Amino acid sequence: MTIAPDQEQPLVGQRVQRREDGALIHGRGTFIDDVKLPGMLHLAFKRSDVAHGRIVRIDSSVAESMPGVELVVTGAELKEPLPPVPILTPFPAPAHHAVTPDKARYVGDPVAAVVATDRYLARDALAAIVVEIDELPAVIDPVEAMTGAPALVHEEFENNVALRIVSGTGVDTETGVVDDSALRAAFEQAEVVISQRMRNPRLAPTAIETRGVVAHYEAGREYLTVWATTQRPHTHRHYIAPAVGLGEHQVRVIAPDMGGGFGAKKIYGEDFVAAILSKRLGRPIKWIEDRSEAFMATTHGRDMIGEIEIAAKRDGTVLGIKARLIADIGAYEMLLTAFIPTLTHGLLSGAYAIPMIRSELIEVFTNKTPTDAYRGAGMPEAIFFVERAMELLARELEMDSADVRRRNFIPPDQFPYATQGGSVYDSGEYERLLDKTLALAGWERLQAEREAARAQGRLVGLGLSFYIELCGIGPSTMFPSGGWEHASVTVERSGTITATTGASAHGQGHETSFAQILADQFGIPMEDISIVHGDTAKVKQGVGTVGSRSLAVGGTALRLAGDKVKAKMATFAAHLLEAREADITFAKGMISVAGVPESAMPFADVAAYAYVPTTLPRDTEPGLSAEAFWEPEGLTFPYGCYIVQAEVDRETGEVELQKLVGVDDCGTVVNPLIVDGQIHGGLAQGIGPALSEEVIYGRDGQLLTGSLMDYAIPRASDLPRFELDYTVTPTPLNPLGAKGIGEAGTIGATPAVVNAVVDALAEFGVRHLDPVLRPEKLWRIIQGETS
Amino acid sequence: MIPASFRYRRATSVEEAVAMLREADGEGRLLAGGHSLIPLMKLRFSEPGVLIDIMRIPGLTGVREVDGGIEIGATTTQVAVEESDLLRERAPMLAEAAEGIGDPQVRNRGTLGGSLAHADPAADMPAVMVALDAEFAIAGPGGQRSVRAGDFFQDVFTVDLAEDEMLTSIRFAPLRTASYAKLRQKASHFAIVGVAAALNLEDGLCRSARVAITGLSTHAFRLPVVEEGLRGRRLDADTIAAAARDAAAGVEQINDDLFASETYRAAMAEVFVRRAVTAAAGRV
Amino acid sequence: MSETVPISITVNGTSREAEVDARLLLVHFLREDLGLTGTHIGCDTSQCGACTVLIDGRSAKSCTVFAVQAEGSEITTIEGIGDDEALHPVQEGFWAEHGLQCGFCTPGMILAAVNFLERNPTPSEAQIRRALDGNLCRCTGYQHIVNAIQYAAKRMAE
Repeated sequence: MTIAPDQEQPLVGQRVQRREDGALIHGRGTFIDDVKLPGMLHLAFKRSDVAHGRIVRIDSSVAESMPGVELVVTGAELKEPLPPVPILTPFPAPAHHAVTPDKARYVGDPVAAVVATDRYLARDALAAIVVEIDELPAVIDPVEAMTGAPALVHEEFENNVALRIVSGTGVDTETGVVDDSALRAAFEQAEVVISQRMRNPRLAPTAIETRGVVAHYEAGREYLTVWATTQRPHTHRHYIAPAVGLGEHQVRVIAPDMGGGFGAKKIYGEDFVAAILSKRLGRPIKWIEDRSEAFMATTHGRDMIGEIEIAAKRDGTVLGIKARLIADIGAYEMLLTAFIPTLTHGLLSGAYAIPMIRSELIEVFTNKTPTDAYRGAGMPEAIFFVERAMELLARELEMDSADVRRRNFIPPDQFPYATQGGSVYDSGEYERLLDKTLALAGWERLQAEREAARAQGRLVGLGLSFYIELCGIGPSTMFPSGGWEHASVTVERSGTITATTGASAHGQGHETSFAQILADQFGIPMEDISIVHGDTAKVKQGVGTVGSRSLAVGGTALRLAGDKVKAKMATFAAHLLEAREADITFAKGMISVAGVPESAMPFADVAAYAYVPTTLPRDTEPGLSAEAFWEPEGLTFPYGCYIVQAEVDRETGEVELQKLVGVDDCGTVVNPLIVDGQIHGGLAQGIGPALSEEVIYGRDGQLLTGSLMDYAIPRASDLPRFELDYTVTPTPLNPLGAKGIGEAGTIGATPAVVNAVVDALAEFGVRHLDPVLRPEKLWRIIQGETS
Repeated sequence: MIPASFRYRRATSVEEAVAMLREADGEGRLLAGGHSLIPLMKLRFSEPGVLIDIMRIPGLTGVREVDGGIEIGATTTQVAVEESDLLRERAPMLAEAAEGIGDPQVRNRGTLGGSLAHADPAADMPAVMVALDAEFAIAGPGGQRSVRAGDFFQDVFTVDLAEDEMLTSIRFAPLRTASYAKLRQKASHFAIVGVAAALNLEDGLCRSARVAITGLSTHAFRLPVVEEGLRGRRLDADTIAAAARDAAAGVEQINDDLFASETYRAAMAEVFVRRAVTAAAGRV
Repeated sequence: MSETVPISITVNGTSREAEVDARLLLVHFLREDLGLTGTHIGCDTSQCGACTVLIDGRSAKSCTVFAVQAEGSEITTIEGIGDDEALHPVQEGFWAEHGLQCGFCTPGMILAAVNFLERNPTPSEAQIRRALDGNLCRCTGYQHIVNAIQYAAKRMAE
């Protein structure tokens, strides 16, 4: 069953059903735990159950003698052969060993590894390993940690400070010299200054599939094949090869079907251990993370305190924003740990023309799971701060939430617009989108309904947020992991197309949307096009699927590779049809001469000719295949507006989300069905942190939300039906005009929900609330406790 | 997560199950739907040496009328309770409480007896049973005995059941004017507090009431102060509110966790007593 | 070391006999012993529902059932639902309405929905959302899943 797209119309823009689904709805995907090889062994990790302490002794003698146990290794034994886990950021960072050799720095820090013939036996062996740790005080509160108390997570990082950066207006990035005069003047002139300390909770990404790896080293061939849950197989290969003493050419990384990533699926210490032990034992080794393990072992996201000051005139014009940002990055740095919070600064202007922005960012080590990219990656933090600040301002000035934003929007004729936060926004028509959202929601009617509900004693609130997102990640000068993407397009001799992309999909539907692009480009049916990704042996190069970049960067690379092939095909066709290349057109499976309908050949015939040419045009080679690397000149900035209606139960403090209306602008929409899905999923991941999701540690550093019985990700019954629409403002930065949509909902939903709940509790004099808005927190406000 | 090893026995009669428990000498645990026990075993919080599967014992499953009362077999699944026409008609509180347990898959496998014998401090059914003053039939080496629900639940995961005894059925008098209301913990769907109110109404007056609470403390128990406040009165909103006001007063060891502090739980006890009693009174 | 226990289970209409470790979870029996890898594992505390199968027609979390408990039962996994020529209406709905992204929770979602629609062929949206209480999805925000089940309900009523 498929609903055939309308072949008479361009496929880009149509709600084409996904071709990925045909296998997945039968359970025929191949996910990491489905990979099974002959002679495969199972790896499991013994993890620290204390937050901070020196390893005194590890006794694995009983475990080693248990049935099926092949090997037990400790961190001390792995320290020599394995290099530290890679870190891509340019800042100083502590060495991070896959299995810690000396000191445990968070609950879940691996201290030993077991290899057994079966996962049940591996688990039994773990239980038999005795680990003696001399406990140190746990560093839990990041603000206290900045004084060096109660201990140092890494001795070489004084006061537990990993990084301190001052950025924005008056900061010379070359010299580091800071000039405060303009900023001070702005705040002195201000008629209103509002200060608020805010906090973004620590989150667990919680893809429904946990992480895993299968490493298979073939001795003799000296070749390592790794199946891994990774959003970036080529990066994975680049780092895993030297770690096990091989060249990149001796390693193949395959990202099989993947059950979600959200930024958290990348290279980890476990991948190194599996690879080196496979090499040592000469057997394939599999490791699959348990869910309770994932809560400790997979990187967390967010966890940032923002001390925000906003200066404005009484008419609502914002004069400046100052922010002191404290990021609790946990115990170690991973690939991009230190980089992620720096993105917060880049979006502190929100959608607004703010003449002065200054931030001080301090990243702090604590005895918690390391943080790294998680859907939004530094941006939800920024937009939460800005959109809460705008709301505080609206309230202070008794202005409508929409009006205060309208007053400050960057006008459409100002693009490209360089913010004081250091970003250059590509394009936008913010007011048009705001108006569309207000109309879709019925803003005035909702306000009237709110007043009516309040008259009945109900606690109903409205929240609005206007988000902006930084995506389409490139160029390389701005991103430590590379800002380009690669693609190849081959027209096969039968006239079908095989294309590859370095953007490795895991639910985003590239196989569908990328095929739509090529189908339009070549004028052939989608069914004749296949998109290959996620395997370094099939895909020459790639950066990967992160930061909502796949379509804008990967899609463009594909289009450009297609252009090259198409140009060559046009040369061949012109030769065969005895026409000028410039007159050759591609449509409906035919290659024709414009204006001469009888002068045409089937697409497949030109393809066949390319591989068995009778006579070749001058200066051409046979075949139809080309590749392209593409690196954008700058970032794209999608945006959108969400309006939420929420009601708080006066007796219990429970929040009911009654309505969520939104309009998004991600530039050109290739497949609206897929874009809707991305927004929906993003919204759920933005609503979760507002109402129920938070990773919580006890004062002793124990992880208190270590399972899905405690960490509440939204269920279907927690969410309203989302009412969405679009505006389309293409980006000038790529030929597709596409910006990116993966993180939009996540960024915009949290402040919209929090704004709605704060509004619902207005009668209690609440100014600000930090998520998570658990019932008890709200109930206490209703009881008259101050927030 | 993988449970530790155990020996598996399948009982075909109550007598055999009891004999197997005896033989296991403290190492045995009964296995019904397994939805309380297996998650604990997977996390290795529980490592029984012998599991005795009682799901195949004939006659231990089902909801039936017996001598004007209702009897539910211990291995009856929560979904069977939820879907029972007899219960919907004559004891709707049970179906209502069952509907709110966990999720559909959990209700399809989890059993009423298993939940009661496990006695999680936040489980729903113990409060329902206490409010109905249900009688639990227990089989042991010495034969049958019975115990009132109110005496059965003793402490955290602790009930009046010896190592070699098993709960075989639950019996209670049908009652329409009863209701269960709970505040759900969002992740697990267990009760932060859950209140079961069973009212004996006559001529618009509450002759007597049994109101039990779960989630508040170590186990489910009745709230005599509330019951006293309802007895002999016409149940208008003010009366109910007044009776509920001191719902948690005098309760020692109110639970305090990530999801609800002691203060909040105590306050929710009042709210959910009010809601449960109001709903029960509305069932006339 | 635990002993092995003989079991006889019908899976997707085929009778299967095996000697299994008593502690073998049904989900591992299906995935490892029978190679039916469409049933997934997403958690260890019975919340996520990725491992949902039908046991004697009822949805169940196969990570919270020992294989020995399923003795004599009829199990239906995603591999036993519909085929390429004739998709089950729920599968059709998931495809038509974009009810999946990564596809990891999908088999469990489909089986939960199949069982639900058998019990309630004309559900409201609120009932559908409650029926999914035992299945977590991190990609879709559930809206397209709800649409998929509405689509299936309509198709099944035709």
